[in-house]
Amino acid sequence: MSAHEAANETVDGNRRDFLYIATGMAGVVGAASVAWPFIDQMQPDASTLALAQVEVDVSSVKKGASLIVKWRGKPVVVRYRTDKEVQEGKSVQLSELKDPVARNANLPSDAPATDANRTVPKREAWMVMVQVCTHLGCIPLGQQGEYGGWFCPCHGSQYDTAGRIRKGPAPENMAIPVYEFTSETVVRIG
Amino acid sequence: MRKILHGLAALAIVAAGTVVVAAAQDEKNAEPTHFPMLPPQQLSWSFAGPFGTYDKEQLQRGLKVYREVCSACHSLNLVAFRSLKDLGYSDAQVKAFAAQYQIHDGPNDDGDMFDRPGKPSDHFPAPFPNEEAAAAANGGAAPPDLSLMAKAREVQRGFPRFIFDIFTQYEEGGPDYIHAFVSGFGQNPPAGVTIPEGTFYNPHFMSAVSTHMPPPLQDGQVAYDDGAPQTVNQYATDVAAFLMWAAEPHLQVRKEIGFRVMIFLLIFGVLVYLTKRKVWAEVAH
Amino acid sequence: MSGMQHSTYTPKSGLGRWIDARMPLPRLMYDSFVAYPVPRNLNYAYTFGGILSLMLGLQIATGVVLAMHYAANSGLAFNSVEGIMRDVNQGWLLRYMHSTGASFFFIAVYVHMFRGLYYGSYKAPRELLWILGCIIYLLMMATAFMGYVLPWGQMSFWGATVITGFFSAIPLVGDWIQQLLIGGFAVGNPTLNRFFSLHYLLPFMIAGVVILHIWALHVAGQTNPTGIEVKSKTDTVPFSPHATVKDGFAMVVFLFFFAYFIFYIPNFLGHADNYVEANPLKTPSEIVPEWYFLPFYAILRAITFNIGPINSKLGGVLAMFGSIVLLFIVPWLDTSKIRSAVYRPWYKLFFWIFIADVIMLGWIGAKPPEGIYPTLALLGAIWYYAHFLIILPVLGLIETPRRMPNSITEAVLAKNGGSAHPAGATAEPHTKG
Repeated sequence: MSAHEAANETVDGNRRDFLYIATGMAGVVGAASVAWPFIDQMQPDASTLALAQVEVDVSSVKKGASLIVKWRGKPVVVRYRTDKEVQEGKSVQLSELKDPVARNANLPSDAPATDANRTVPKREAWMVMVQVCTHLGCIPLGQQGEYGGWFCPCHGSQYDTAGRIRKGPAPENMAIPVYEFTSETVVRIG
Repeated sequence: MRKILHGLAALAIVAAGTVVVAAAQDEKNAEPTHFPMLPPQQLSWSFAGPFGTYDKEQLQRGLKVYREVCSACHSLNLVAFRSLKDLGYSDAQVKAFAAQYQIHDGPNDDGDMFDRPGKPSDHFPAPFPNEEAAAAANGGAAPPDLSLMAKAREVQRGFPRFIFDIFTQYEEGGPDYIHAFVSGFGQNPPAGVTIPEGTFYNPHFMSAVSTHMPPPLQDGQVAYDDGAPQTVNQYATDVAAFLMWAAEPHLQVRKEIGFRVMIFLLIFGVLVYLTKRKVWAEVAH
Repeated sequence: MSGMQHSTYTPKSGLGRWIDARMPLPRLMYDSFVAYPVPRNLNYAYTFGGILSLMLGLQIATGVVLAMHYAANSGLAFNSVEGIMRDVNQGWLLRYMHSTGASFFFIAVYVHMFRGLYYGSYKAPRELLWILGCIIYLLMMATAFMGYVLPWGQMSFWGATVITGFFSAIPLVGDWIQQLLIGGFAVGNPTLNRFFSLHYLLPFMIAGVVILHIWALHVAGQTNPTGIEVKSKTDTVPFSPHATVKDGFAMVVFLFFFAYFIFYIPNFLGHADNYVEANPLKTPSEIVPEWYFLPFYAILRAITFNIGPINSKLGGVLAMFGSIVLLFIVPWLDTSKIRSAVYRPWYKLFFWIFIADVIMLGWIGAKPPEGIYPTLALLGAIWYYAHFLIILPVLGLIETPRRMPNSITEAVLAKNGGSAHPAGATAEPHTKG
């Protein structure tokens, strides 16, 4: 075999390797592109997303009363707290809390869990909260338990009047969704 | 024996030939019992072909025609207000549009049903509470839902046109039919054709000489604010385009993705072919 | 020639040896899809087995995800399908892949079956292989039919009514069987529910029979366009990379056409009436099955007269089912000693006439049963039966075949103008599919 032929062979070999790699890569790209719709279809569909925002008329909620609405398939409590409840909430020191973070989607994620930070400004008597226990997802009962807030019957978690976890297995304060008072009587959640 | 076989084969070919001729003749003598009596005119739609897109202004006009004319009798059950954003409306416009409708909802805390303004997540409300009511109010024939009408009607293409349709991508039989039907009233029936009482002659109607639906449109009936001609023909075209969108809202993205897929498969096919040639280069086959 | 006879698999790693000693699945895969010898002269008609496996996989994958959004209830089904088309992320794509996929599955299976008929792939020792294929075809038809009912459009409903009506033609127990199938006195919610259940089950049964089909194939080995059995190692090439890359190329070409239909004309092969929700009180003006059933539908409608004690309804149903049963016994109807049509000039001619007959039947199946069409359907049906019951057995006895080469290698070399085997290599060059 002459040197010339040998050189030709390596060029051929390189070209062949390149072809195989290019074909293989294109195959992988194709397979991945086909896989995407199969994953994407599992995400919430357009009709579900359309219900991701609800507007609630709270004109009928008197002091000391609550209203429960369904938002994204979960119960959201809108509670007009009594002065006593707000007072109790404000009197708690941060150091007494099991979870010192506000868990309020309207605030930065590291905001401290003061009573004010569990609400939105100017509406501090109003609690708007996803009423789902942060332990394993049961629905706590309102105005019960040792702290006068919420009590989860499943595993005995106790929340205070601002929905903060005080006792029991739940790790976090109950979540506050994004919400806004669009008028005196209407809350938009989500 | 060879002769027998030859004979048999010839017989088969002759038989096939007669069959084709006979069938062609049969096609010509189509009886008046076949509908529609006139095939629809084939229009050129913006959404036809491999790069077809919806004309948003046309869809907005079509929506206006549906709203001011068709919706008096025809529901659009499958279409949600939120999807009107496809027509180029903003969130606020969609919200305002939805709020113009009253949606029957409930029960409330007292157990009563109530009406409330529509929300973007609602669908177009139907003009009649149920099919029986719709039939009773319209001389016994319930006006069909229009959500899928542009896909639920087709044009008989026949041989060999249906084969050409594969290459021309003709899928606009539905809108062609709707346009022809909606604008096909007001013609004089041919001699000898009797029109049943309470029905209207329309040679483009797919299942009879006449329909229970009264002529829906007149020139100038719907006011357009974009300068488009306010004629029956234009109304019919616009509402047909709107109904095509209502039936196939993802048509545009389908064709866009399709083009990319076809290009990819072309390139991938060439690569695999070259690989195949390399692999088989040393094997005679 | 079987690749199963002695394995050449040698595990390279310690883990490979460990697995091989316990459950030699990698060995099975290696022997079946890497080292397995295939005739070197297979043309592209032989790539449709691979394409069919791909289509089965795709149909199962899209079907499983569609079932995540579909509601098998007569009140909800139609709207849930429209929910998939409108609201589910990429739902329109998955649904069009599935509905168009059914048609392309049948296109592939018809090419596969006609290839088998043309090259005599059903002849000994491959009769079981052929019968397993026929079983897969039957299961495919059942699956496709029940799947078509699920969108609960007008064609779904009336198609289900007509097809389950076949069984009412059976004497004495017919009505009972029909009620058993549809779970009521007319097609309704119970029918839809059980069809959904079975439509989800049957593809996995198909997959099981496919495994048997491939097993039988790998015992007897593939046939090839010459119909001559593999005689020496030079007649074959290893499955990988030769057959895999060729199958792969064919798949990409097939997917190209598939994608064209999905993205540009997804409703071309469907029927407009199925976009109208099922209405038990109103029949569409014409009830037409999906295109892949049309030839059988034409045979069903061809019998419009009573035959002795058999009334026309039962006669039509028997003729239709009989036309499928015939496929099962083809290996014994064909008396020819020669396998491939390449060396059977008369069979080749009748094969193409048969294809034309089937296409004509399909065309008539889509036409209304009036005018000349019922007569044509009857002639077509008679020819269909005659092809299997008269032409195949008689032709095998009286036909003079062409001279055949001694081996695959010889045929290939003769075709490529090779001079190594000048004598006796009279195989005519056949065009590649």
